Amino acid sequence: MELTIEVVVFAVFAIITLAGALGVVLARNLFRAALLLLVSLFGVAGLFVLLAAPFLAAVQVLLYMGGIAILIIFGVMLTRGMVQARQVMNSQWDLAAVIALVTFVILMIVIVQVAQGEGAPLPSLPRGDVAADSIAQLGAALVDPAQYVLPFEVASVLLAGALIGAVYIAREDEAE
Amino acid sequence: MIPLWMFLVVGAALFAIGVFGVLARRNAIAILMSIELMLNAVNINLVAFWRYLTPETMSGQAFAIFVFVVAVAEAAVGLALIVAIYRRRQSVVAEDMNVLKW
Repeated sequence: MELTIEVVVFAVFAIITLAGALGVVLARNLFRAALLLLVSLFGVAGLFVLLAAPFLAAVQVLLYMGGIAILIIFGVMLTRGMVQARQVMNSQWDLAAVIALVTFVILMIVIVQVAQGEGAPLPSLPRGDVAADSIAQLGAALVDPAQYVLPFEVASVLLAGALIGAVYIAREDEAE
Repeated sequence: MIPLWMFLVVGAALFAIGVFGVLARRNAIAILMSIELMLNAVNINLVAFWRYLTPETMSGQAFAIFVFVVAVAEAAVGLALIVAIYRRRQSVVAEDMNVLKW
């Protein structure tokens, strides 16, 4: 594989994603971990752009980085006193590392087997181009009765229920 | 063009890092952040398979959007629970939440 600009961009975003993720998991300071989560999510947005999904990249930046990460930073600030822990990992962190490593190795074995398999090997080139109006197609598919309108509506109900529930759970008790 | 397996390797590595964070961190908010990493790994896989195998339909992107929605709901409810527990017990360490523990 020659070193095209695309490969370089992929490598940069992959390294940003994985380094940020490692930082999230290992950082001693919780606030720093939240900021590194932003970095990792940005790397994933870059990978979405490389995969010709610009709408998902925009949603990733607006919703994940702008919404969830800010929510988590609020959570960090609301539980202050917990930001700088003397002990970051629990007592079974070594076992956890083994389990994570085994998970990764198993996934890699599956990927290598499928990538070299005779039946239907993983393609190295995309099967056809993405339509120029793919974002319009996605929007139509989400409200098309033959495709995703039911999951779409269920998702809206889930979101409304979750947010109302979150407000109810997190409000202060007046009784005490 | 980048072969598909490279995206899958990034997704697998991100997922494994998330698994380690969920199992090893003490702080509940850090566990929540690790779960977000795992959901992102799933999303990378969904979009990569969509791009390489079925770019003519919109199924992969639609599923990724539903994963986004679930992630938002999970983060909102999870953080609300953590804040409520912090009010009561002045702690967000997962080991301290042991009232229901046998």
